[in-house]
Amino acid sequence: MMNKHFISRGLAFLILIVCTAAMISPIFFMISTSLKTKSEMLLFPPTWIPQSFQWANFKELFTNDEIKFGVLYQNSIIIAVFTVIGTVFSSAVVAYGFSRYRGKGRNLMFMLMISTMMLPYPAIMIPQFLLFSELDWMDTFLPLIVPAFFGSAYQIFLLRQFFNTLPNELYDSGKIDGASVIRMFTSIALPLSGPALATVAIFSFVWSWNDLLAPVLYLNSQEKFTLPIGMAAMISSKFRIAPWNLLMCAAIMAVIPVVALFAVAQKRFTEGIVLTGIK
Amino acid sequence: MKLSATGRENFYFYLFIMPWLLGFLIFALYPIGASLVYSFTDYDIISSPKFVGLANYQELFQDELFYKSIWVTFKYTIISVPLTLILSLIFAMLINQKIPAQGFFRTAMYFPSMVSGVSMSLLWFWIFNPQIGFFNYILSWFGVKPQLWFLDEHLALWALIIMSFWGMGAGMLIFLAALQGVPASLLEAARLDGASRWSTFWNVTFPMISPIFLFQLIMAIIESFQVFTPAYVMTQGGPNYSTRFYVYHLYESAFKNFRLGYASAMAWLLLIAVLIITYIIMKTSNRYVYYEGGKES
Repeated sequence: MMNKHFISRGLAFLILIVCTAAMISPIFFMISTSLKTKSEMLLFPPTWIPQSFQWANFKELFTNDEIKFGVLYQNSIIIAVFTVIGTVFSSAVVAYGFSRYRGKGRNLMFMLMISTMMLPYPAIMIPQFLLFSELDWMDTFLPLIVPAFFGSAYQIFLLRQFFNTLPNELYDSGKIDGASVIRMFTSIALPLSGPALATVAIFSFVWSWNDLLAPVLYLNSQEKFTLPIGMAAMISSKFRIAPWNLLMCAAIMAVIPVVALFAVAQKRFTEGIVLTGIK
Repeated sequence: MKLSATGRENFYFYLFIMPWLLGFLIFALYPIGASLVYSFTDYDIISSPKFVGLANYQELFQDELFYKSIWVTFKYTIISVPLTLILSLIFAMLINQKIPAQGFFRTAMYFPSMVSGVSMSLLWFWIFNPQIGFFNYILSWFGVKPQLWFLDEHLALWALIIMSFWGMGAGMLIFLAALQGVPASLLEAARLDGASRWSTFWNVTFPMISPIFLFQLIMAIIESFQVFTPAYVMTQGGPNYSTRFYVYHLYESAFKNFRLGYASAMAWLLLIAVLIITYIIMKTSNRYVYYEGGKES
C-alpha cells in the first residue's frame, strides 16, 4: 500500500517535471533570444544561453524611431487604465443592483446579462464599427474605452456572486444608522469587496492590454497604435530581416505588466480572504 | 415623492443596473438587430446599403472560402478544445496531490497563460521558424527532419493547435480550485469503501466538478470559434487558406473587401452557431452535470 502510493506519487512528480520543462522552455527561449546579438540569434542549433548578454537590445527597442515602442506602451496604458476604471466602477454598481434589489423582471434581466457573456464580439462588431464611425470616433481611443463604462457581463456576474455573500445584517445595521442608499453601497458593500474588485480590475486590465481585434478596427495612425497592433506591424514585412531579438524584447516588455499585476494580486487575494472573514 | 416598498425596490434596482441596461441596448441588442438587417443588404460603407434579400446568404453557401473557414475553425475546435480541457484537468489533479514544490509547478504551468495574444504569437512564430526555430531543433533530438510549419499547408493549423496547449494553465488553475472544493470526507468514504482511483474519480470527483467542467467547455468552444490573433499576426490565413479561421474570413470580408452586408451574414451565422452549440451542450449535460442541492435554474 505504502509502496504503491510512493510509486504513483513519484510518477506524478516525474510527469510534472517533464511537462513543466516543456511549458517553460519557450519562455526561457524568449528571454534568451531577447539578449542575443543579431548574428547569434540566427545560429542553428540555437544556443540556450547568449554568448554575451545584449541588454542594449531593450534600449534599442525604446529608442528606435521606426518602432516607437514608448508611444505604443503609453497608448496601451492609457486605454487599459480607463478601461479598468470604467469596468470596475460600472460593474460594481450594476452587480450591487442585481444583488441587493428585487426589482420586477430581475430574473429576466439577469438571464439576459448572463447570455451576453456568450455573445461573440465578432458577431456584433460591424454595427458597432458603423456606430462609432457615425460618431466620428475613428482613430481615437473612445471606441475602446467608452463601452467599458457600461459594465462587462462577466465582471458583473463575478461581483454579484461576491455581493451575495455579504450578510444582510450588515445592510440592516446600516439602515438603523440611517445610511442613504448610496452610502450603503460606498461605505458598506465596496469597502468589503477589495479582493473581488481587485480581481475584476486585473481581468479587465489584461483583456484590454492583450486585445487586438478592436484596436485593429478603430486605430489607423501609427501614433495611436497599441502594443498588440504595433508588435503585429513589427513582424509584417517592414523589416528586411526580422529583428527577432528586438521582437522578443517587445514580447517580454508586453508581458511584464501582466506578470507584475498577478504577482501583486496574489498577496491581495490572501489579504482579502483574511479581510472577508468577518464574523 | 413617496414610493411604496415595491416601488422603491423597482426604482433602485433599475437605477443601479441602468449602466448595463443602456450598454446592453446600445452595444448588444442594437448591433444584433442591425447586423441582421445589414445581412440582407449590399453595403460598402461609401454608398448607402442596398437591399438584396437573401443574396448574401445564397452567395455564402456557394463560397469556397466560407466552407474552408468553417472547416478550419471546426478542426481547430474539435482537436484543441477537448485535449486542452482534459490535459488541464489531468495537470490540476497531479498538482492537487501531496507532492513537493506544488507552488512552483502551479506557477510554472500558469505562467505561459500570461503570455497571451500577440506576444504569444510572436514567440511561437519564432519557435516554429523553419530554418533556425527551436521546435525543429527539439524535434531533431528525436530524429525528425525539419518541418516548414507555417509555410506548409498541412502543418500550419497543427502548429497553431500545438501552440494552443501552451495556454492551458488558466483552465488548470480553475480546475485546481474546483478540486480543492471537493469535500475530503467524500473521498475518504470512497477510499474506505475500497473504491479504485478510477471509480473514485468518476463517481465522486468528476460529478463534484462537472458544473465547472461544463462552464469551461462552453467558454472554450465559443472562444475557439473566435480565433483571430494568430491568423492576423502570423499566417494571414495561409498558406493556401489552411489557417483561414471563420472570424479572420469575416474580418477580411468586412474591412479588407468592404463587403459589410456579406460579413454581417457571416456574423449572424456565427451567432446562430454559438446558440445551437450552447443549447446542445446544456441539454446533453443534464446526464453528467451534478449540481449540489439539486438542479440549478
